[in-house]
Parts: sequence; C-alpha cells; structure tokens
Amino acid sequence: MSGSNEKKGLAAQILQPWRILAIVILILGAIGVYRRFALGLGASTNLNDTFPWGLWISFDVLCGVGLAGGGFTLSAIVYIFRLEKYKPLARPAVMTAFIGYLLVIGGLLLDIGLPWRLWHPLVFHNHHSVMFEVALCVMAYTTVLAAEVSAMVFERLKKERAARIAHMFTLPLAIAAVCLSMLHQSSLGTVFLLMPGRLHELWYSPVLPFLYFISAIGVGLSMTIVESTLSARAFGRCIEAKVLQGVARMGVYVYLAYVALRFGDLAVRGQLHHVLDFDRASFFFLVEISLGFVIPMMLFVMPKIRRNTRWLYHAAQLAVFGFIVNRMNMGITGFEVVEGVGYTPSWEEVSVTLSLVTVGVIMFNLAGRFLPVFEVEAEDEIAAEVFAARQREHVGAGGQLPRGAMPAVTPDDPVGRTS
Amino acid sequence: MKALLFDANYCVGCEMCVDACTESNELPDDAPSGLSAARWTALEDHDDTYLRKMCMHCLHPACASACPVGALEKTDAGPVLYDFDKCIGCRYCMMACPFHVPRYTWDSKVPRVSKCQMCPERLKKGQPTACAEACEMEATMFGDRTDMIALAWKRISEDPDNYAHKVYGLEEAGGTCVFVIGPTELMETAFDPRVPTEDLPEKTWAVLSKIPTTVAIAGTSLVGLNWIIRRRMNLMSDDVNGTDHGSGHGEVK
Repeated sequence: MSGSNEKKGLAAQILQPWRILAIVILILGAIGVYRRFALGLGASTNLNDTFPWGLWISFDVLCGVGLAGGGFTLSAIVYIFRLEKYKPLARPAVMTAFIGYLLVIGGLLLDIGLPWRLWHPLVFHNHHSVMFEVALCVMAYTTVLAAEVSAMVFERLKKERAARIAHMFTLPLAIAAVCLSMLHQSSLGTVFLLMPGRLHELWYSPVLPFLYFISAIGVGLSMTIVESTLSARAFGRCIEAKVLQGVARMGVYVYLAYVALRFGDLAVRGQLHHVLDFDRASFFFLVEISLGFVIPMMLFVMPKIRRNTRWLYHAAQLAVFGFIVNRMNMGITGFEVVEGVGYTPSWEEVSVTLSLVTVGVIMFNLAGRFLPVFEVEAEDEIAAEVFAARQREHVGAGGQLPRGAMPAVTPDDPVGRTS
Repeated sequence: MKALLFDANYCVGCEMCVDACTESNELPDDAPSGLSAARWTALEDHDDTYLRKMCMHCLHPACASACPVGALEKTDAGPVLYDFDKCIGCRYCMMACPFHVPRYTWDSKVPRVSKCQMCPERLKKGQPTACAEACEMEATMFGDRTDMIALAWKRISEDPDNYAHKVYGLEEAGGTCVFVIGPTELMETAFDPRVPTEDLPEKTWAVLSKIPTTVAIAGTSLVGLNWIIRRRMNLMSDDVNGTDHGSGHGEVK
C-alpha cells in the first residue's frame, strides 16, 4: 500500500509539467478559435476545395464519436445484459461518452461554415441524407447521455426523489442509447458509401456501416480499460483487475469479428493485394489494422497479459491509437492517396483539436471530483457515506487548477484502499 | 427536362461562355480562370482541344442526397439548385460530388457553396442558359434532354472519324443533364476514370431505408433479452434466499 502512495506522490510531481502544457494548449486553442471566427475557415485552416474535410472532421468528429463508444457498450453490458460485475465501469463510461459528445458538438460548431445554423436539421429534413440521420441521432443521444448523467447530479445534490425518478429510467435510457448509437456509429461509415470514386479501395467498402459499428464497440471497451486505469491513478481508486480482464476478454471477440470482416470484405472485393502494395496507403492500412485491431486482439487473448494491469493498459492504449489511425485514414489518407494531393492541418486546427482533448480531460476530472461517477449506485448507503466523506475532503483541498486537487485526494483516501 | 451539350470539336476556346456566366450570375470579374467559387464554369485546355468544366446537374445528384438539410435539390426542369438559406456549411456535398464540382467561399465569414445553377431564372422565362446563348460556335447547346442526346449522336454519326463513339454523361453517376462529346483522345484521357457509372444516392439509401426495421428489431430484442435475464436473476435469487428481491439485485461485493 505504501508503495502505491509513493507512486502517487511521484505522479503528482510529474503532473506539474502536464499542467503547464495544458495551459499552453488551451491558450493556443483559444487563439485558434478566435482566428477561425474572426478570419473565417479559409485563413485559419488548411482546408480548401480539393480537401474540404480535414482534421476537425477526422479527429474531432469521427474519432470523438467512436472513442465515446464505451458509453453505450457498457450501458448495454450492465443495464441491459445485467452483467453486474461490470457495474463500476458503467458510470465512468457514460460520463466519458457525455463529455465526448459535448466535445464532438464543440468541434462541429467550429468546423461547419455556419455554426449558428446547427439546429437546421431539426427543421429542414432530408430523409435521404446520412448526415441528417447522424445529426438527429447525435442530438438525441447527447440528450440521452445528459439524462443518464442527471442521475449522478441528482444524487450529488441529494435530490432523492429526482434521483429515484432518474434511476427508474435507467433501462429505457440504456436501450435508447444502444439503438441510437447503433444507428449513428454505423452511419458515420455509411457517410463514406457515397464516395466510391474518391476513397481508396482499402477503406471504401460496402460493409463500412458494420465495420464502423463493430470498431466503435471495440474501441469503447479499450477506452474503458484506458480510462479506468488512468482514473484509478488520478483518483486513487482501486480497479478490480478481474473486471478489466473481463472487458479485455470481450474485446477479443469484438476485434476478431472486425478483423475477419475487414479482411473477408477485402478478399471478396478482390482488393486484398493492395494490403501488400507497400505504398502510402498500404503502410497506413497496416499501421491501423495491426496496432488497432490485430495486436490488441492477440494481447487480450493472452491470460498473462490480461492479468498484468500495466500490460493490459498498454494493449488497450495501442488499440485506441490504432483506432484513431483508422478514422484519420478514412478522413484523410484514403482521400490523399487517390486525389494525389496532400493535406497538413494548420496550427489552428491542431491547437483547437488538442484543446478539445484537454478540455475533455479537465471535464472528466471535475466530474470525477464533484459527481458520484465512481460510485456503484447511490442505493448503496455505505458507498454514499464514504463518498460524502471523500467529497468533503475534495472541497477542502479544492485547488483552483482543474487538476490541482488530484494529489490531495489520494494520501488517506478511505475508499481507495477498500477493494 | 432541360440539358446542355458541350461539343469539344466545335469549341475554339474563346471563353465567351465563361464571361457570360460571370456576368449573368454577378460573379467577381477579376478571378483567375479555372473552376472556383467565383467561376462556375471553366475551359480546360487539352492540347488546343477544350473541355468545359461545370456542374453536371446529375439526374440523381449525390450532393442533394448528401445534404442534411436539403439545401441542394434536383428540380424537374433540370437544374440542381442550391439554397443558401438552408445550408449549414457541412461540405458533405463537396465530398460527395463524383465530379469534384462544388466550391466553397472559404475566405468569407458567412461562407456558402458555390456552383453552376443552370440559370434557373432564365429557364423560367424560356431562355437558354447564359453560356449557351453566348456561344457563337454552337459548341454549347441547350434544349430538352432527349433532344440534346439526339443531337449528340447525330453529330457523332455524321463525323465518326473526329468523334469518340461516346456521349459522356449518359451513364456517369447514373446520368447527367450536361453531356460532353469530342475527339477520341480527349474523351479517353480528360475525364476522371474513377467517376462511377452508378446511381450514387442509391448506395446510402440502401442502408438508410433499413433503419426503421433495424431499430424496431434491435429495440424489441434488447427489451426481450433484458426481461429474460432479469427473470432468470430473480428466479435464481428466489432459489437462494427465499422470496427476497424487494430491494432489487444485490451489489457485487
């Protein structure tokens, strides 16, 4: 136990430069946002008529929505399939998803040319447009996530009746979450079905909707492992190794399904030879498929890796990284290689994107400190009491900086040591 | 339905069509040549043979099916029209267009999509498009779509040596309202070979149209599964500790 405390003290020290970095990123991001609105998209981004979609769509939207996939995946596992042992993971995953979707909407507000018209799809419908469906689903799902999160807020505010009402809706909300996610996660893939001539054969596929949905589940599971491990460090929370091992075991099947479908599809379409072209396209394809899917699957399947918290964490990290490469390939590389043009994001695009990630980390941190994200459920009175005690401690320590109170949480946390 | 026919063998590259377009649509006159937000049509020089670039006004436009708010619309008269008042600026139309036509006013703070509208106001008055009217060489012709196809084949069959036996736009993207004919060399090299010959919106509609059924099936099976699982859990807890499941399920320790 004392060993882990020492580690946390060290972590707190390491965090200092991270905090400075965060501030620098946020300042640059703020300048980027200012320039985007003051000068327009043309002057602040490297987007142009040959490359109308760039980093903001590929990362902020495609990756953002996918990485938030843990929300509906864990909702399904815990609230619909009632696999009770994963319950401690559900709320953090839902919170991650909620923050993720808020950031996606934030990114969209910057990317679309006329952001003050973001509500237009509510009034002007085009039932033949995938983007219309995505827009409505994202709006609806963000509302569902807000409702799911509201239960935590009511608990925190000790509004017991409201909390009880919110709990009554847990199951219907979870079902709505799964249905809506199934729709728009897959639809993000459907978006590209309209571009057969423009997207490279390694990425264009009639089964894109399925690939997108399966990979969202996969990365949702991996993100859960990453996020649980990180918050365990930050909040001095003890993760149950067995729970994460179970998540990894599920991941094996999901990744197996993905890899089989991906290669099966390439084979059926007769495009398998492109994999070994060893050009730019095949290089990026190999990076995404190996780091994001094949290697994590092989690591997750090994009991030795699964039992080792650190290795499990790294394997999941790899999966998340590979997933990001996959979505970036869909949005950037797959078009670059076909059109023969290059796209490098401007510093504004990069700083805004990094800022969104930073804001996400800060928001999750605040949520972890001020909301019962890591509590299993408020009905558990002991947990609620212990949580309240911890809460007092947090508020007492309350630093000004978003990450400030983190080290203060850990030293004599009563919850951290109970497993 | 109206259409345009461009005959590369008649075109001398005078750019009267471009000037007429610029004037008629009140586009800025100092823009460089080449398709842009300020130039809705342009002549591409292929060794002194010219190819007109412009919106192809597809029969089943990918851009119109892409647009989430229906800002792009195929009209019965032929033109694919853009309604700025609906547009949110997502630029999916630009990504979807197989001909890479829509442009964006990137430098504007209130940016818009910019492309040939096929002079809808003139069409309403029964006039040809500004470009067709301006063309003195009969290289750009305007009329009913069927007449334009017939004229294209007539010119090809009357002078088969100087024409490729192809009317570009009959099959491309499922058919267009702008056709191109010309010498074999141009027809074989000047076009993007990746432009598909299928009706593109059908690709996404095939998926979208299945959504209601999918949601219905997924929703019901999730509710059903949950009911079965809960019932089994209740039965199991009955077995273990009598009938006590008043406070719901027990927490995992």
